[in-house]
Amino acid sequence: MTTIDVTKPMPPEAGRPAEGTNYLNHTTGIKSWLLTMDHKRIGVMYLVSILTSFFLAGIFGLLIRTELIAPGHTIMDADAYNMMFTLHGAIMVFLVIIPSVPASLGNFVLPIMLGAKDVAFPRLNLFSYYLWVTGAIFAVAAIIFGGVDTGWTLYVPYSTTGTEMNGIIFLSMAVFVLGFSSIFTGLNFIVTIHRLRPPGMTWFKMPLFLWAIYATGIIQVMATPVIGITVLLLIVERAFGIGIFDASLGGDPILFQHFFWFYSHPAVYIMILPGMGIISELISVHSHKHIFGYRFIAFSSVAIALFGFIVWGHHMFVSSQSPLMNVLFSAITFSVSIPSAVKIFNWLATLYKGSISLNTPMLYALSFIFLFTIGGLTGLHLGTLATDIHLHDTYFVVAHFHYVMMGGAIIALIGGIHHWWPKITGRMYSEFWGRIACGLVFVGFNVTFFIQFVMGSKGMPRRYWDYTDKYMIYHVISTVGSYIMALGFFITAAYLIHSLFRGRKAPANPWGGRSLEWQCSSPPPAENFPEPPHVGDCYDFSVLEWDEEEQGYHWRHDIPHPVGEA
Amino acid sequence: MTVSPAHAHEHPDFLRHHFNTPKQQFEAGKLGMWLFLATEVLLFGGLFVGYSVWRGNHPEMFKAGSIFLNTNLGAVNTAVLILSSITMAAAVTMAQRNKRGALMLFLSLTLAGAVTFLVIKYFEYTHKFHLGIYPGLKFYEKPAGDSHTLSGSLVNDAGGVDLVLVKGTGPLGQDVTVADTPEAEPTTVAPAAIGPAGLAQDALEPGDRPADDGHAEHLTHPLQDPHRPANVHMFFNIYYLMTGLHGVHVAAGIGVLTWLLIGAAKGRFSSAYFTPVDLGGLYWHVVDLIWIFLFPLFYLI
Repeated sequence: MTTIDVTKPMPPEAGRPAEGTNYLNHTTGIKSWLLTMDHKRIGVMYLVSILTSFFLAGIFGLLIRTELIAPGHTIMDADAYNMMFTLHGAIMVFLVIIPSVPASLGNFVLPIMLGAKDVAFPRLNLFSYYLWVTGAIFAVAAIIFGGVDTGWTLYVPYSTTGTEMNGIIFLSMAVFVLGFSSIFTGLNFIVTIHRLRPPGMTWFKMPLFLWAIYATGIIQVMATPVIGITVLLLIVERAFGIGIFDASLGGDPILFQHFFWFYSHPAVYIMILPGMGIISELISVHSHKHIFGYRFIAFSSVAIALFGFIVWGHHMFVSSQSPLMNVLFSAITFSVSIPSAVKIFNWLATLYKGSISLNTPMLYALSFIFLFTIGGLTGLHLGTLATDIHLHDTYFVVAHFHYVMMGGAIIALIGGIHHWWPKITGRMYSEFWGRIACGLVFVGFNVTFFIQFVMGSKGMPRRYWDYTDKYMIYHVISTVGSYIMALGFFITAAYLIHSLFRGRKAPANPWGGRSLEWQCSSPPPAENFPEPPHVGDCYDFSVLEWDEEEQGYHWRHDIPHPVGEA
Repeated sequence: MTVSPAHAHEHPDFLRHHFNTPKQQFEAGKLGMWLFLATEVLLFGGLFVGYSVWRGNHPEMFKAGSIFLNTNLGAVNTAVLILSSITMAAAVTMAQRNKRGALMLFLSLTLAGAVTFLVIKYFEYTHKFHLGIYPGLKFYEKPAGDSHTLSGSLVNDAGGVDLVLVKGTGPLGQDVTVADTPEAEPTTVAPAAIGPAGLAQDALEPGDRPADDGHAEHLTHPLQDPHRPANVHMFFNIYYLMTGLHGVHVAAGIGVLTWLLIGAAKGRFSSAYFTPVDLGGLYWHVVDLIWIFLFPLFYLI
């Protein structure tokens, strides 16, 4: 092992890897990937696995929209439809969005951004990947062994009564295992950020993405065990009929909802906070302007994480919860909008008078601001008791959480993939097609889901297979929108895969970023930093200049580099 | 594997390559363990909340059920675990002082405590099963060869039928007995004898407590008591769940302690590197601590 004394820089040639080797090619063979403890390779494996699940659950979503294009039977019967929306939700939530940003991009960039050689527990990191794989296998088993039609929330008594639907046990096991995968990822990242920061990397010099991942880690560690025990109880209940959640045996079905949402509401912030972290990076780098209100954005991530724990009751306003509880949960729910708005306003202030490059990642970041704001503001309609009674379990809710989960978390993930794609793969994708695809996704998304706000407020309930003719026009518009969005995603997949083979070689710093990952080559060497990186202000872009020949940014010639090299 | 000679002494074998100093590695491990233990506490926390909800709604259920637990065995197990925590703490100290023999002795004693706990727990469980006190709906089945356990019907004191049991096939293909409530409408949840949790009747007057009249002492199964409250099996369900999950953690602790003992025998631990002993000790203390809450909650109150 090459060892590095971080207190004083080693001579540049010592420990520097041979020219042309990087984390992708320094060892080869399938085993060197499957048993790797390199956070970068684990991140790539996560990325491939998660995008595969995203493709699968996306197909389910398209099938749902196709079924709903007309009332009655279109392409599947009601039972198949129930299973389809359950699987779409369960896979998207548990296999895609919850692990998406932390496990894939977070794994890849977190140690590099921090200036560390790896995460604190590399073996645990690999283990949590295989827990994810195990969870995915259980989820597939749930489909094979009869499917699940309870909705992704697995509410009792749907999930406890009836002797068919054997998939529930498998899906519950999947959720249990995936939960522990998520816990170990979060635990690993918290310890890494606490203990592996090199000298000079203080808390307030960390990129905001790391603050977001840190806040996410807190939620992952503190909330996920509760869903673990909940689904464990559900499994025992299903398998042995012990009556914990069964009212006829003295159990309490509402207790399940409390347990479920005690995790699943904080989980919403597991999904969105890393996305917000990505947006903080994207907005600043592609505006070439120092982030506005660094500390406010950093602390707002932590505030969202903490508030997230005490609002779960707003999912249960119509569940016979006491009116006092409803009022309290409603009031606290509104308070979450404060740190969220802090972020939005700081991003807008960063954009103001920035030198904005409308690169593909930036287009996704701007889409995020637009979509997340709509998603967030419609959340206030649902957090208000009087309006929620009307809107509860309608398409308004469906539209709301798709704006937040997809318009927020997934759009940020796609934006982040584009931002770090040159770093991960060492290749540039087609900027032209990137912009086209982003436009299609943005337009398609709004056509699909904005109309659902209208449809929901007019009374169309969610999860219905059939509906009266008056809702048909809304469903047709929504379905057409989903096809436009799908086209955008297929184009994205096509040019990204194309870039792997035909893409221009990426420079070390194509966008002009200052955080440490842009200081190492694209793709990074296996050990991340042959010599200790210089930790500066990661949002001060004034020291960089564009190099036409390299098609990337590098340190300005007229300013001495702090480590004494260019 | 090139190590610059000037720094070779700073990088002993146990130091993994991505850490700079043993101290950094130790502190990372310790923080990671504390976070993991926080998740363990939260995992049990869900069950403790469940316990509170069930006990708050159905105190009579817990009263009628808890008299069937053997307080003496529970107390012995509590003492065993507390002693094993002491020996574990001593083991950590011995590792820090480079005393390999004493380390192995105290790890062995801790391991013996863990095994003793599980053996006693095994006898407690099997004795209950022998009496027909099973988890799940098997609770209501008549144990084989026992003529006096259940006298006739399942009608309880309130005149309501607890359950009508039918044989069926479980989700995994196993034979199970499931509750059938023929009088219920297909679309409604069957009414409970007392009412679902959350709608419980007011707490019983002391004199009304079914098991308070002293005659329950000689019973071997709660269903023998005609004055029992409805759904008394729920007490045993949560008892088996919480002590069972705790037992799984003790079993995992046996694995950890065995691994530590092997490591100690191989001389892996020293005053320079005792992280695994320290972290294993933390885990073991938390497992003990959870039992210290479980014991009074089930056996004493």
